[in-house]
This record gives sequence, structure tokens and C-alpha cells, in this order.
Amino acid sequence: MELESVYSAALAELESVTTSDGMRDWEIKFLGKSGALTQLLRGVGQIPKEERAAFGKRANEIKEALTAAFEARAELVKGQELAQDLEAGEIDVTLPGRPRPMGGLHPSTQTLRQFYDIWAEMGFQVYRSRDVETDDMNFTYLNMPPDHPARDMQDTFYTTTPNVILRTHTSPGQIRAMRELGDGGTKPIRIILPGMCYRYEQITARSEIQFHQVEGLAVGRNIRMSDLKGTIAEYARKFFGENAKVRFRASYFPFTEPSMEVDVECFLCGGEGCNVCKHSGWLEIAGSGMVHPTVLENGGYDPREWSGFAFGMGPERITMLKHGIRDIRYFWGNDLRFLEQF
Amino acid sequence: MKIPLSWLREFVEIDIPPELLAEKLTAAGLEVAKITYLGVPQTRVEGLRYPNSDHLVWDRSKLLLGAIREVKPHPNADRLVLAMVDYGAAEVEQCVTGAPNLFEFKGQTLEKPLYTIIALEGAEVWDGHSDEPKRMVLKEKPLRGIPNRSMVCSEKELGMSESHDGIILMRQDPGFAPGTPAQDVLGDVIFEIELTPNLARCYSVFGVAREIAALLDKPLRAPDYNVQESGAPVAGTIEITITDSRLNPRFTAMLLRGTTIQPSPEWLQRRLEAVGQRPINNIVDVTNYVMFEMGQPLHAFDYDRLVAHANGKTPHLTTRLARPGETLKTLDGSVRELTPKDIIITDNSDTPISLAAVMGGFDTEISDDTTNVLLEAANWEFISIRRTTHAHKLFSEAGTRFSRGVHPSQAMLGVRRGIELMRQTGGGAVASGVIDVYPEPAPAIQIDLPESEIRRIMGMDFSAKDAAGLLKRAAFEVNVKGDVLHVTVPDYRMDIGTGVVGQADLIEEIARINGFEHIPVTIITDEMPPQRPNPHLTQEEKTRDLLTQLGFREQISYRLTTPETEAMLVPPGAASSFPNVDYVRLANPITLDKTALRHTLLGSLLTNAIENGRYTNRQQVFEIGSVYLPREGEILPDEPRRLGLLITGARHIGGGWMGDDTDAVVDFFDLKGAVEHLLAGLHVEGARFTRAAHTSFHPGRSAALVIDGANAGTFGELHPLVARAIGWEGAPLILGELDLDAILNAARPLFRLTPLPVTPPVLQDIALVVNDTVAAEEVERVIRTAGGDLLKQVRLFDVYTGDQIPAGHKSLAYALTYQTDERTLTDKEVASVHAKIVKATERELGAKLRA
Repeated sequence: MELESVYSAALAELESVTTSDGMRDWEIKFLGKSGALTQLLRGVGQIPKEERAAFGKRANEIKEALTAAFEARAELVKGQELAQDLEAGEIDVTLPGRPRPMGGLHPSTQTLRQFYDIWAEMGFQVYRSRDVETDDMNFTYLNMPPDHPARDMQDTFYTTTPNVILRTHTSPGQIRAMRELGDGGTKPIRIILPGMCYRYEQITARSEIQFHQVEGLAVGRNIRMSDLKGTIAEYARKFFGENAKVRFRASYFPFTEPSMEVDVECFLCGGEGCNVCKHSGWLEIAGSGMVHPTVLENGGYDPREWSGFAFGMGPERITMLKHGIRDIRYFWGNDLRFLEQF
Repeated sequence: MKIPLSWLREFVEIDIPPELLAEKLTAAGLEVAKITYLGVPQTRVEGLRYPNSDHLVWDRSKLLLGAIREVKPHPNADRLVLAMVDYGAAEVEQCVTGAPNLFEFKGQTLEKPLYTIIALEGAEVWDGHSDEPKRMVLKEKPLRGIPNRSMVCSEKELGMSESHDGIILMRQDPGFAPGTPAQDVLGDVIFEIELTPNLARCYSVFGVAREIAALLDKPLRAPDYNVQESGAPVAGTIEITITDSRLNPRFTAMLLRGTTIQPSPEWLQRRLEAVGQRPINNIVDVTNYVMFEMGQPLHAFDYDRLVAHANGKTPHLTTRLARPGETLKTLDGSVRELTPKDIIITDNSDTPISLAAVMGGFDTEISDDTTNVLLEAANWEFISIRRTTHAHKLFSEAGTRFSRGVHPSQAMLGVRRGIELMRQTGGGAVASGVIDVYPEPAPAIQIDLPESEIRRIMGMDFSAKDAAGLLKRAAFEVNVKGDVLHVTVPDYRMDIGTGVVGQADLIEEIARINGFEHIPVTIITDEMPPQRPNPHLTQEEKTRDLLTQLGFREQISYRLTTPETEAMLVPPGAASSFPNVDYVRLANPITLDKTALRHTLLGSLLTNAIENGRYTNRQQVFEIGSVYLPREGEILPDEPRRLGLLITGARHIGGGWMGDDTDAVVDFFDLKGAVEHLLAGLHVEGARFTRAAHTSFHPGRSAALVIDGANAGTFGELHPLVARAIGWEGAPLILGELDLDAILNAARPLFRLTPLPVTPPVLQDIALVVNDTVAAEEVERVIRTAGGDLLKQVRLFDVYTGDQIPAGHKSLAYALTYQTDERTLTDKEVASVHAKIVKATERELGAKLRA
């Protein structure tokens, strides 16, 4: 009987199918609209009437059995195919990835932002002021009258306009801030002053004509040297790590009195001594001191009632120390091979 | 400044290792930059770190002081002699040597021995014949048939200098017995100290010793200022007139008669060499010695030449400012034009004979024939001396000290110390008395310092008594009354002010001598100032973030450039579109390529692009920074913030192994897309783009950013003529400079959120054929107006010109999104709006639907 032979042929053929494509072909061949089984069912009219019911019943049984067999087989084939795919699809994961375009911030900006964040936590807000300054703001009001020997410490770019210079440090911002925020010497101040500074120097691997400075200023009725030490120590812990140790050495800045140099224990060698710290175990990271009474006065404060501290740091220098950059000229050279490492 | 430990010990007892002393000096503000060892070993100090020194340590049993008793000829060699050296052993040691400085003693038995350093067999020394530093160990080696196992040493062999011309010879008894270890005789430690301007008082060995005495709390021994005066009085031998006691507060002089100019004694020469000064003769050397010893520079005149200048009369020296046109031949032989800022000394005929404090005159200088010496010790206003040293570029040890300030009190001490040392080294008789012109003696500075003030500034309690104790260590006179310190400042200090400044200065001294490590560490308890928003900064940083998200790399460039460099940004013959103002120009540029502050960021963006273009085919960078624009009627310029952008080269990053590079390079629309994203990210309102009118850009491929009707910068393709002028041959440079202040002023950080849609959108495309001259912005405006509230989004997805479109026309295809939150739109509603759009574009723009 034809029905049974189709059935057995279909089952036999199904056994040999091993791919999804083969399964689809098998389905079309036997169960599809013009498949073998469908054709037989369509020919039911030629079958004697009395046999039709049995034929129909048997045909349906076969169809169901073939459908079930197909589904079972399909599942098996899929499983096999997946296993093959997993095996054959292995790639060399050590090949380099596809490059993606990346933007990024200049290393100085990254360090400046770290400063902003750390000092903001301690209540020091950013105050910015101009690059081109008067001689008075840059020197005289900061206790460096004309011909003061300390002016030798800061080689200055003068402009062709008399008494107008490029600021040699961010300290003129101290005077501007005290006058602007101090409200006639009646309000406390806690700020950091970031900005570009300029020095008349040969450009070498170790010195630049322009560099960032970040200066801090706290003015209040009760601001003490001990607060300066505590504040700098807290900054050092936040920036260099919780075990960072700092020490203070006497120094001289005309606009602070007393003046202190701040060293942090070398974070590269842990204070054991290395080339970077010149085997001293310490790295110089900031200048600091109590705001000089004359400077307070020039900012509108009465130095008998008010006191303050100030400190200054170089983001480029700290970035160089952190990343082992040996040439400061990299910073404004803007070589993408340098910038892309940050 | 070099400071030998052996010299310091003359003034103060030092009972701590040199390394620890250096640490204490550094902590007190006298930064010891370097320690050099002469023969003595480095000490290890617990808890201190410093570099290992690789100097030669002189073996205490093999490098010894030797006394040469006899110099015998070598029997077999004319160029060698046999030095018979007594080094304390039973037998005299015979050393074969070729030292030329022994030849004059050849064949002599020396009554008064010559002292040297003898190296015994097995001693380690530097190889004197090697050009490179090389150590060697002395071995027995006969020289021309004479047994030889030891050596008399040159300075080079001991690492004291590069001198190998002869052996070390001390003709005077060094005060040690033969056999004393060389370390104890010549060994030393030299501190290299860097001084800040406030430490002018420390520019001498005694000055440093004073600090050490204060820091270590040890007694201080001053140099011997006694003079053996024996000649006729100095009074009447010289007259001095000071015309301005502000410029020349004090002038002292003493006279030494009948002295001999000769080499200085070895101990003196050795000390000068140790501080880096070349010995010349006893008179010059003593002036230098006293200056290095106690800080007062001296000047020696040949008294007879002064008399000759005065035509035999009593020399009359006057100090005054020079007059225009005056000249002086200084002792270095050069004739100098004097300026009215120079302080000079003149003779009886008002002719300049010396440039005060800086350099003496040629005519009155000491010579080998000098017998009568007039020694001057004066004081000068440091500001004038600073001007003079800078104007004449005459930087000397004396000028260094005077230009930082030497107190007038030091002159009297210096002249006494100097004249006595001259007498001791050259003989003669010191005229009794001192010429001392000191019209207005400097008053002693007195400061009252309440205990409470110390607490207020230092943040720690200090009893008046303890504070007084610390100040006394630094030679302040202190009387404590109640809780107030009445302080008198030592006369040599010029760094202590008066009043509230003086109080701060004293507090520094207290803190410094006590050690900063003893100040407690506290947190600020003072009132917190009001915290203010800082949108200026916040928005600038946001801009940086958005640009880096868009793939831009930040640059920071020199802000100094030249007007000529920026002029290259303008095509030849075209008018400049950059700010039409002058530059902030430097009066003293240091390099030719940095003479003025920039007007634009574009110059450095292009310079950087050229540099980076040498090795990369893809650049995408930005810079944020000020430009500097002088303002009418103001001495300080405007410093507006600008945003510079530059992209060039491959649109897609390539170079991978997958071979999926494409040849596409970026164009105007890449940068415009970035600008649009930036403006969207900042929520800038009211921005649009128009054709640019900036001559530095390609006229057809550049746009102006317009915010609220005002120009806020230009971007687009660099004008090809500019590209050619700067030598750029790569892919088009797409760049721009935007007015960051204008952008950020239009930014709306408090933007309103658009709610997410709750109804389905209906999407329809429309392709319109319009005349080429119709701007896309105009088409979109008409579509949006006609589309009304139901039209949510308009996106241009194709621009086509070509075969199927009439010449002079273009087809713009838009994807339109219709949507309203109120309901789901029906087909009919959409069709009606869509028809309105078609009609409006036809009516207003002459647009036809593309077939």
C-alpha cells in the first residue's frame, strides 16, 4: 500500500537528515503542500468509498507520527548543529580588537579636575582670574615693591604697555578675590585659584615659559598655621593616598610669613629613596605659608583681626612625578602620541 | 654658596653628623642642595635618606700627614727625586716621585720640613695619570732601579681637585704631627647651600654658623675683630664725603702702611679654594676671605695711587650717583659707560675711580708694587646695586651680597677684620683709628609680641618664656613683661619688619627655630564662607566632557605666538576676519616665535595639526582657552574664552587587521554634526547656522554659528590658499573657533524633559524637488510650520541631484514622524497634514513632489 511505503520511506529518509537545510527539504518533500503525503491525501477520491475512512484515519496517524518524528529529529539536528557551530566558530581571541575613536582630556586638565574635586570637598571653591595683570597686582600688592630682590625669583614677561605683565603666579588672584569676595574685609574666604602662569625662561626639558598653578587661599578670623598643616595633610592623603606623609620646611615667599615648603613622602619609592626623589625620600609638592599682614591689608582685611593661609602647587610638576614624564615640553607640544596615553 | 664644615667649626661646635646638620639647615630654610666629601666617610643617619656618595675615603692608616725632611736626587733619573718622608714611623720612608714642585729642593736637607700627604702601600687613591676617574691601590713597584712602595700625593690623587702638576706641599706647619691621618688634616665636608632672598644675613660662613648655633642651641664664637694698630693715625690721611646717605649709609676705611704684596698663606688659600675662589695675592685674598667669612665685601685701594690722583694732596673720596656721559675703566680693563643709577666713588677732581659695591677702578687698584693699602668697607642701598649689576651685567660675589642687603653694622667689623688679616699676611703697620662716616645710624628695631599673637597665628600655646628662649638662641634681645615679649632685633638682620609685620617675622623665627614639625595639625574650625555656584566653570567642564564623548582629544597650546604667524591664517590679499585690535605684545620676548598673546586658537590648532600630520592620518582635537584682545581706554585686555575644534583625515578609524578601512575623509558635515551634538548636549537654545563670511575659511564650505542673532564663531574647511601657505598637503582641514562665552550664556542647564510618547507614531517619507538655491533649513522650516503640532520629527535622509532631477534642482527626502500624545492618529488626519505640507512647500518654495 502506497501510504505505508511513503511512511517508511519518509522515516528512513529522516534518519539520514543531519542539517537544518535537509530538514526543511524533508518537510517540503513529505509534509509540504505538494509533499508526498499531501498528494496521497488529495488522491483520496480515487480510493473506494468503503476504504476511505480507514485510509483517512491511517493517513492522519502517519502525518502525526511523521510530524512528531520531524520535530524530534529537528531538535536533534539543531543541537548537533549548535555543537558544531560552537566548535567551529572558535576565534583567535588574542587578535587585536577593532580600534574605536576615543576622545580624552589633556593630562593637565585631568590633574586640575582632581584638585577641584579634592578641594571642593574641603570647602575651597574655584576662583579664576586674568592672565594679563598689572605689575601692582602681580608684585607690589603681594609685598614685592619695585626692585624687591624676590622679583629675581620670578623672571617676568613685560608687555609693551607700561606696568602690564603676564602673571608670574596665580597670587594676584588672591588680591582680586579678597577685594571681590571679602566685602571690605568682613567675610571669610576659602578658594583655590587655578590658572596659566608665565615666566621668562628658556624652554627646556625642565623649564617652561607657561605652566599651570593652583593656589589656595583661606582667610578668616581664626585661621592658623596648624590649620594650614592639617589642610595640606588632608589634601595629600586624598591625592597621594591615605598613608601619604608630609613635612614642612622653612622657606621664603614675599607674600607669606611664615613661609613653608611642603614635601610629600616619595610615592614612587615609599620614602626609601629613588632617582625621582634624588634619594631623599621626599618630593617637593607645594609652597605655603600664612598670608603676609601687608597682603591681607592690601586685600582689605585688618591683619590684627584676620589671618589666612595660602599655598601653591604645580599640576604639571605633579603630573610629571606621577607618570614619570621627563620632559615638560610634552605638555604644550600636543603630540597625539603623548595625549592619547592619558 | 659653598660652606666648608671645617670653617664652620671655627665658630660653632657641631656635634651631629654632617648629613643631619644638612637636614636641619634645609628644614630651617637654608636648603642644602649638595654635600661634597673630601676624604671623610659619609655617615648613615637613622631615618634620613640621601644619595650614596662615591667619593674616595682616605684610609686612616695609609693616607697620612708626612714631613719631607730631605729631597735626594735619583741616581738613575734626572726627572725623578727621592722624597724622604717622616710619617711618624721609626724609619723615614723613601718615595720616588717626579713632582716638579720638589725639584727646587733637590739635594737639600730641609731644616723646616715640607708637609705633604703620603700614601702607604695598599692605600686606595685616584689614578693621577688617568683622564677618566679611576681608582687604584698602591703596590710596591721599583722606579728606575730604586725600590718604591709609597707615594707622595697630588690633589688629584686624593680627589681634591683636578691638579696633578705637583704634589700637595704645605710649607707652613699645619699644626698636626707627622703620621696624623690625612682625614684629620685636609678632610672636609662642603655644603652647597641655596639661599632665598630673605636670608641675606647667611651669605657667609659665619652667617651660616649663626643659624647653626641657633638651631643646635650652641654658643657662637665670632671672628676676631681686634686690630694691632701701631702706625700714625688714619685721621687726616683721607677724607670721605657721602652725598646721599640713603644710597650710601656708611663708609669706613682703615690704612695699612708698608706692607708687602705676596701669596697668601696656605691655610687661607685652601679656604678660598674650598669655597670656589681662586687665590691671587694676600690683599685681594683677604678682601675675599673676609667676605666669605663674615659677609662684608671689602675694597682695597692702592693708597699711593689715590694720593697721586689728588696731586699729592690728601685724597678726598666722594660717593654719589654717576652723571650721564661719565665713564670708568674698571679693574677688568674695560671702559664702562656709567648710568645715572650707578653709585660711584670719585676722587678729588670729581672723576670716577670706582663703581661702588660692584667693581673697582683700574687706576687705583692694588698692584704688586703696592705698599700702602687703604681698605674700604661701605654699605649701599641694595636696590641701586641690583640695578647696577643688572645694567652692567657684572655679577660678582660682592654684588650678590650687596644687592640682597648687607647691614651697615657689618662695615666696621669687616674693615677691622680685613686690615688685621692684611697686616698678618703682608706685614706693615695699621694706622690707628678708623675713618667712619655714618650720617644716620640705623635705629635698632624693637617689636612687642604678645603671647596671644603667637597662639593666634601658630595655633599652639607658647609661653612668653619659651618663645623668648627660642628668640634668644637667634641673638634677639628679649625682655618678657607679663605675657608680652619686648624684642630687640640683632643689628645684622634686615629681614625683620616693624609693627604687625615684625610680629609675623618673629613668629616665623619662633616656629623655625623650634621646628615646624612641632606645630600641631588641626582642621579649620573657622566659619565656612558661603559656597557659591560657579556656572562659568561647571559649563566649561561640561563642554570638555561632551567633546571627549564625541571623540575629541583635548590640546593645550602656548598662548604666546606672533602676529606674523596669525597673519598666515588670512589668504594673501584678503582682509582679515580676526579681531581688528592690536596685540598684547611682549617687551622682552625670549624666543622669536613667541612675541605676543594670541588673538585666535586657530593658529596653534593648525601648527599642531601639521606636526601630528607627520605620523597620523586622522586627527580630532579641541582646545578651550582665552584669547587676548586689547580694549580701548583700558590697560588690561579682554580675555574671552574660545573653543577651537579641528578634524582632518579618515572618518573611520582604520589600521586594523580586519581590512575594513574606508577611504572616506571627514568634511564640513562631520564637524557640523559635532557642533550640533555639543549644542544639544549643552541645551543651547536659539542657535542656527548661516553662510560664513570669514576669509580664512573656504567660502562655500564654512558656516557661522549664530546664537540669538549674534555671531558666535565660524567653522568649516580651511581656505585652500591658507592650507597652501602653511604647507598643508593632506586631507582637507576642517576646523572652527567658537565663542565659548556666547555658547555657555545660551546654555540651559535647567532644560525641560520631553515626555516619552504613549501613542504609536505614523511614519511617512516625502521627497521634494527644489531649486538648488533653496536652503535646506528653509525647506525644513516650511515643513515644520505646515506640519504643525502633529508633526513630531523631521529628518533629512537623502539629498540627490542627477539624471532623474531637472538641472539646477535637487531632491530632498525627509522622513516625517506624525504623532500626538492625545490620541492615535488616523490615516485621514495624517493624509490631511501631509497634503498641507506638500502644498505649502509648493507654494512657498516652488517644490514638486519627486516622481
